[in-house]
Amino acid sequence: MTKGRAKGMTKATTKAITVSGLHKSFGGTHALDGLDLDVEAGEVHGFLGPNGSGKSTTIRVLLGLLRGDAGSAQVLGQDPWADAVELHRRVAYVPGDVTLWRNLSGGEVIDLYGRLRGGLDPARRAELIERFELDPTKKGRTYSKGNRQKVALVAAFASDVDLLILDEPTSGLDPLMEEVFQRCVEEERDRGRTVLLSSHILSEVEELCDRVSIIRKGRTVESGTLADLRHLTRTSVTAELAGPPNGLAHLPGVHDLDIRGHRVRLQVETDKLDAVLRSLTDSGVRSLTSTPPTLEELFLRHYQDDVQDDVLDDVRVNGEGTMAR
Amino acid sequence: MTTATTATAAVRGGVRARSARQLAGTGTLLRFFLRRDRLMMPLWVGVIGLLVLSMPNSLKSVYGTVAERADLARQMLTNSSLRATYGPVFDDSLGGLTAWRIGGYAGLFAGIMSLLVVVRHTREEEESGRQELLSSAMVGRRAPLTAALLAALVANGVLALLIAGGLAGQGGGGALALGLGVGGVGMVFATMAAIVAQLTESARLAKGLTGGLLGAAFVLRAAGDSSTDDGSSVLTWLSPLGWLENERPFAQERWWVLPLFVAAVVIQGAVAYELAGRRDVGMSFLPTRPGPARGRLGSAGALAWRLQRGAVLGWSLGFLAAGAAFGGITKGAADLVGSNDKTRQIIERMGGQSGITDAFLATMVGMLGMVAALYVVSSVLRLHGEETSQRAEPVLANAVGRLRWACGHLVVAFGGAALIMALGGLGLGLGYGHELRPVLGACLVQVAAVWTLGGLAVLLYGISPQLAPGAWGAAGVALLLGWIGPALNVPQAVMDLSPFGHLPKLPGGEMAWTPVLILTAIALALTATGLAALRRRDMST
Repeated sequence: MTKGRAKGMTKATTKAITVSGLHKSFGGTHALDGLDLDVEAGEVHGFLGPNGSGKSTTIRVLLGLLRGDAGSAQVLGQDPWADAVELHRRVAYVPGDVTLWRNLSGGEVIDLYGRLRGGLDPARRAELIERFELDPTKKGRTYSKGNRQKVALVAAFASDVDLLILDEPTSGLDPLMEEVFQRCVEEERDRGRTVLLSSHILSEVEELCDRVSIIRKGRTVESGTLADLRHLTRTSVTAELAGPPNGLAHLPGVHDLDIRGHRVRLQVETDKLDAVLRSLTDSGVRSLTSTPPTLEELFLRHYQDDVQDDVLDDVRVNGEGTMAR
Repeated sequence: MTTATTATAAVRGGVRARSARQLAGTGTLLRFFLRRDRLMMPLWVGVIGLLVLSMPNSLKSVYGTVAERADLARQMLTNSSLRATYGPVFDDSLGGLTAWRIGGYAGLFAGIMSLLVVVRHTREEEESGRQELLSSAMVGRRAPLTAALLAALVANGVLALLIAGGLAGQGGGGALALGLGVGGVGMVFATMAAIVAQLTESARLAKGLTGGLLGAAFVLRAAGDSSTDDGSSVLTWLSPLGWLENERPFAQERWWVLPLFVAAVVIQGAVAYELAGRRDVGMSFLPTRPGPARGRLGSAGALAWRLQRGAVLGWSLGFLAAGAAFGGITKGAADLVGSNDKTRQIIERMGGQSGITDAFLATMVGMLGMVAALYVVSSVLRLHGEETSQRAEPVLANAVGRLRWACGHLVVAFGGAALIMALGGLGLGLGYGHELRPVLGACLVQVAAVWTLGGLAVLLYGISPQLAPGAWGAAGVALLLGWIGPALNVPQAVMDLSPFGHLPKLPGGEMAWTPVLILTAIALALTATGLAALRRRDMST
């Protein structure tokens, strides 16, 4: 993989993370199966996929905790395995399940992590403790899950780093704290930092992320801006027509067509919308509702379309869970 | 009137129902605990049982005739340092010698097994948060403690039956007395662990404190036996291990000692029950204080020291105290033997080249060394604990290399081993009254063997976290070979497996630098290989 920086000096084209064709197996389980991931410097990148799809494995490879079997990975222009220590001065990580030492207070852990990274901004630390309403004098065992999560978040946001890797960082936070978290991520972006955000909270992703990558069974299935991804999916159309509809069933890209008298309901692939509208206006439109795909539909489609893929290309046996449908 | 009676009856019924509810789920929990311990428990019981049951044959192969055994018994009884190590000999039959040679150690190991079982199923479950989920089901407040004590009872009961049945050929009464005594010691420490587990919030601390009490029981018995040759010292009677000895299996059993075990188990069990019923799940009677809002820890090394300093302090105090106690016994041993020319000659022929005092001190130094091996393994395996509990992951996601992270803990492990051995030597010197340098030097020589086991732990952990607990096995084998190997007539090739077997016998013997330097080099090589392996492998997720 060529370094992102070699392409040009402008910030927009600099890559913070470049992963290509990454493989990783544990025994007979293929956790990663040729995963690709590109994160531009300065963006907030959503990293999505069902449980067991390989998100955390990818993140652990990016942190140099695991070594990829094949393929390449670069973080901030460095090799995450060989240059781990040097690289980690510029990276802050928040795991989805924070475990603390029972004897150490939250404040001690925050300061420890800060010193073990590039350093800690004391004013920012104080401000974050205030905003997250965290009591830094409590000891590890006495924190609730949400409060343990806050300890790691304060340590990450107060650190002087270029890249934040957040693995489901808000599990356990209440809605108010979720709001604080989103403001903090926006501030990080405004400071020019890069954020890789793995999350299942779609509103959070929609609110924060410039681009997203969706992975399934260790492979990237979609990557781009939310607008790009929406374009690839179906729009729901409901119409009341003046006369009986004509020829809709033969149009390309039309699905789930349901005609009852003059009422039509259908789903259409968003880039085939033109032809459908033309056909509807031919019959005379009394009323029309067109709903763009919600993010949920977008994800559910990617998370759920196992059946198709299983038939087409998936003959591997692996232990990954798929979402219930 | 009638109403009042009914009300009283109702209250009484309520109390009974409440106490029944507090035990709800005990049976299910007990089955669950036994299933979780399906490997550990049979292993402990099997090894202890094997040690005891193989003893008569081993003794027979070395001391075949009645005259030889009588001679052995006489020598052992007159030597106060050997009495401190094994207790007095009450009978020179094969059964009697078996009880003398292995009984106390079987009790000691049963105690360790029991405290591990009880803490594992009580405080450890609460500390991990798993108890919360269990207690949300149909599980009474006192059910986990009850089931844990019952699990310990099962293990100790099977062990007692195994000994009673296996040694029946040497005399049914003696075998039964020994079996019940060993199991009794186990249950005394099971209930003691149950109390300690209510007091501390940390399972590690609960195990450490109970282990310390077990060590104190050993030292009390040793001190008592060094001053008297019939187990009648008050110090001996203060120790459950002394009760086992005073039960005199195979030597006109004193059955009236058995109620002492029962009384101790009942009283300690009642205290633990009372405490368990009064506190909240997950809480302890020693509360957690708030910590500082700002931390001063700034490196992986500082973190390692912060995490391990409590253990280092505990081990240091323990070694200083044990050393002082052993040193104190030594003075008595020398005085006693000094008045008897014949005994002195026997002991000196037995191998203590410069006399009974040095031979005794060398034995104690060796014991401290083998116990220090347990420290070094537990300290090295902190790395394993940090990794498997997912606490290492965020630390390593910072600008901390694996080597530096591991070395932080290894400095504490290896440096701590040298420190506790030095303190043990200091204690021996102080307790003995003079001649600090030879005992201190002797203790530091042991460090080479201790480090070798530490290096093995690093190697196993470095290769794979699944292999890491094997280091306990290695330390256990070294301990068994050192303490009991000679009496089992184990071939020299097997004895040579233990690094401790290669060290010069100090003080008293000739200092030999070669084995010390070779062992140190092996320790370094093992550590370096382990660290190299750690750098190359995946961290467990």
